[in-house]
Amino acid sequence: MPEGPAPAPVIQRLRVRYAKRGRLRFTSHRDISRAVERAVRRAGIPVAYSAGFTPHPKISYAGAAATGVASEAEYLELGLTEPRDPERVRRELDTALPGGLDVVDVVAVPPGSGRASALADRLEASEWRVRLDGIAPDEAAAAVAAFLAAEAVEVERLTKKGRRRFDTRPAVSRCEVDRRASEAADAPCAILRMVVRHTTPAVRPDDILTGLRQIADLAPPSPPLVTRLAQGPLDAATGGLTDPLGPDRETAQPTGDGAGTAAVPALRPPAVGVDAAGAHP
Amino acid sequence: MPVESLFPRLEPLLPRVQKPIQYVGGELNSEVKDWDAARVRWALMYPDAYEVGLPNQGVQILYEILNERDGVLAERTYSVWPDMEAIMREHGIPQFTVDGHRPVAAFDVLGVSFSTELGYTNLLTALDLAGIPLDAADRADGHPIVLAGGHAAFNPEPIADFVDAAVLGDGEEIALAITELIREWKDEGEPGGRDEVLLRLARTGGVYVPKFYDVEYLPDGRIQRVAPNRNGVPWRVAKHTVMDLDQWPYPKKPLVPLAETVHERFSVEIFRGCTRGCRFCQAGMITRPVRERSITTIGDMVENGLKASGFEEVGLLSLSSADHSEIADVAKGLADRYEGTNTSLSLPSTRVDAFNVTLAGEFSRGGRRSGLTFAPEGGSERMRRVINKMVSEDDLIRTVTTAYENGWRQVKLYFMCGLPTEEDADVLAIADMARRVIQAGREATGRRDIRCTVSIGGFVPKPHTPFQWAAQCDHETVDRRLRALKDALRGDREYGRAIGLRYHDGKPSVIEGLLSRGDRRVGRVIRAVWEDGGRFDGWSEHFSFERWLTAAEKALADEPVDVDWYTVRERDEVEVLPWDHLDAGLDREWLWQDWRDAVEETEVEDCRWTPCYDCGVCPTMGTEIQIGPTGRKLLPLNVV
Ligand code: SF4
Repeated sequence: MPEGPAPAPVIQRLRVRYAKRGRLRFTSHRDISRAVERAVRRAGIPVAYSAGFTPHPKISYAGAAATGVASEAEYLELGLTEPRDPERVRRELDTALPGGLDVVDVVAVPPGSGRASALADRLEASEWRVRLDGIAPDEAAAAVAAFLAAEAVEVERLTKKGRRRFDTRPAVSRCEVDRRASEAADAPCAILRMVVRHTTPAVRPDDILTGLRQIADLAPPSPPLVTRLAQGPLDAATGGLTDPLGPDRETAQPTGDGAGTAAVPALRPPAVGVDAAGAHP
Repeated sequence: MPVESLFPRLEPLLPRVQKPIQYVGGELNSEVKDWDAARVRWALMYPDAYEVGLPNQGVQILYEILNERDGVLAERTYSVWPDMEAIMREHGIPQFTVDGHRPVAAFDVLGVSFSTELGYTNLLTALDLAGIPLDAADRADGHPIVLAGGHAAFNPEPIADFVDAAVLGDGEEIALAITELIREWKDEGEPGGRDEVLLRLARTGGVYVPKFYDVEYLPDGRIQRVAPNRNGVPWRVAKHTVMDLDQWPYPKKPLVPLAETVHERFSVEIFRGCTRGCRFCQAGMITRPVRERSITTIGDMVENGLKASGFEEVGLLSLSSADHSEIADVAKGLADRYEGTNTSLSLPSTRVDAFNVTLAGEFSRGGRRSGLTFAPEGGSERMRRVINKMVSEDDLIRTVTTAYENGWRQVKLYFMCGLPTEEDADVLAIADMARRVIQAGREATGRRDIRCTVSIGGFVPKPHTPFQWAAQCDHETVDRRLRALKDALRGDREYGRAIGLRYHDGKPSVIEGLLSRGDRRVGRVIRAVWEDGGRFDGWSEHFSFERWLTAAEKALADEPVDVDWYTVRERDEVEVLPWDHLDAGLDREWLWQDWRDAVEETEVEDCRWTPCYDCGVCPTMGTEIQIGPTGRKLLPLNVV
């Protein structure tokens, strides 16, 4: 039985923040991982492979948004066999991916940072924007107020382990109607913004919508447009999120060519142009 | 007139359907051209689900060739699943393209590529959703020209009522020629409307327009004659053959889908045509002669395609890939080039000989040797002489022994059941062969863990083959023989456990047979099945044999013909066959002689390495065999 040489070891780890926008929100997690693998190959990024008969590229994903949900803040980690300048990888990977899967930020993991700095552990919560078409902002605000006032809001959902009942209320650290955005929208709608902790079982925006329907009869006539705006450590003081790549950035050493040019992106996306409905013509 | 995207209306509905990503487009290397800047606009359809249709090479090649031209636009559309169909009907959303999400009815041409006849009901769904009248006769000037292509278009008679035109053979040049003709006609201000443009197409002799041909029947149901009913429309319509494949190195920009599809790889066709002369094989007969791509073009296409797509796998396609005159150098050259890059190479070849095992070794360098497939096709020596599959049992045993010796543990053998002149013994012989395979493998390796899987498909006689006159075997007989084979294998204590058997019941083959050799009257059956809800007939979970039989009974009630008449009836030499006016280049007398030779168990050699035996194709079509060797080699790529 033929055995190849041992695969090249991982020399550098890069953390990538990417967005899934517009019609690409309909990609599933598997679709995205295939697209990323191909893009890495097209871009000639020296990704490491696992050993064995069917070697796999070392790309790991941290909690992906569901099919149909848009996102400005998805994360993955690449293991490379040669060091690369993160900003160059950002550009090349972005070019190689189909438009709508956009690479927002790439940061090198400082050498020597061990398990404790696992990215997944830093993704404590998500900030969501939920657009409810055909719902008046006042109606939504009343429902949100009722939700926040409740001690518990139990919902039922079909999970991989069968039907489960769980409380959504404790996971929600913030929830409000974004009046300005609602009024500025192209059609009558209510836009919610919420910060939801990552718990087990996961509480998803649609669970909270189920909760709003149960508690206040809030029933949007069409499926909501859900966008994840950010993920990261929860700032206890503000109830908001901080940049999960911040710790890496602070300690990062310049590597490779053109080092140190990585722009620090705004944690929050710009207020226009990222709406799931409008990003693609 | 601007045509707006349907996407804004579609998007809110997508969360309600299965796998919505298949409807959004946006594949890497896909393109949405400016509608108003285009003079001629094609919607290209593969009439099956996106996951099957997207990888189709024919559609991808035409899509690219047409879009490369200024003033020409091509977009793609696929069959929507029943859940999407219901939602589209509920919301009045018409059949759309996945590129620009434009309504299919707004295009000039709807080109549909049929690899199999089981896509016919899906054509009707798409037409109906598009708002295009099902009957070509009911279409008005503004409707697209519905054009059929692909292998099934070599007998488009069953869908003659639903299509405006059909083309036979390679699509590259004829698609461009049709585009030019339509452009001219539009530039002239569309004189004479739809009828005129169809007439111009028909008069070229390269486009079949069914409505310009009348079919007359004899009282017993056979066809009396098929004759043109307009001046200047030729009696026969010829197939198209692209010569010099090096001039057409497509796809250059392979489409890379986001959704999961049946083939996740970059495919290069290394040659077209096959002259091995297997008598059951329609593809081999209608794609003659053999035209190879040169080793250097293949190397360039692989390199370019991998760069453009990021695929991990390359498939070297053709009807029998080990037959390329320089395949050993191609295999070695590519294996050398891509060693250590985690790029895998695959070569669909089922040729039964030791060389094929060597090639497979080259392609699996450093990887797992999981399984190899060989296709003896017939169980007994006699059966193989009938079908002109020149493989002896000893060849097969030698070949599988080599495979087992070289580290393969599993061998797959492919056969057909229901072949002309077949008897029970011919099918039972498959069991003997499989037993010998295991025995030889155990002896060669001294191991007990070797396996052999026997896969069996039902034979369907196809137009433009020597078996076009043959009686199709009824499904009861096929099922009985397969059951007997299964019992023989199951009862074998020594070898039975090492042998797997895979087959399907014979019923779908009957319907495929009806559609393959049907005439225009079969169109009524297709329509009745579709009206009764028939969709996705190529999928066993959607196919209903009873629905087809019931529909056929009703639709053919006033005719002296029925399903049996089309399928299990043998035809004689003088009977006018529904596709006789469609010219694949094969000489009818040669085909008939080959049919007689089959019955007499006489074999024919391959004209690539023996003299031409006058099948008729080359002189009729003005073509010739184009094969190497070129003597060139693949040089290592410069590593960046
Ligand atoms: S005409 Fe002769 S050379 Fe050409 S394909 Fe037929 S047998 Fe072969």
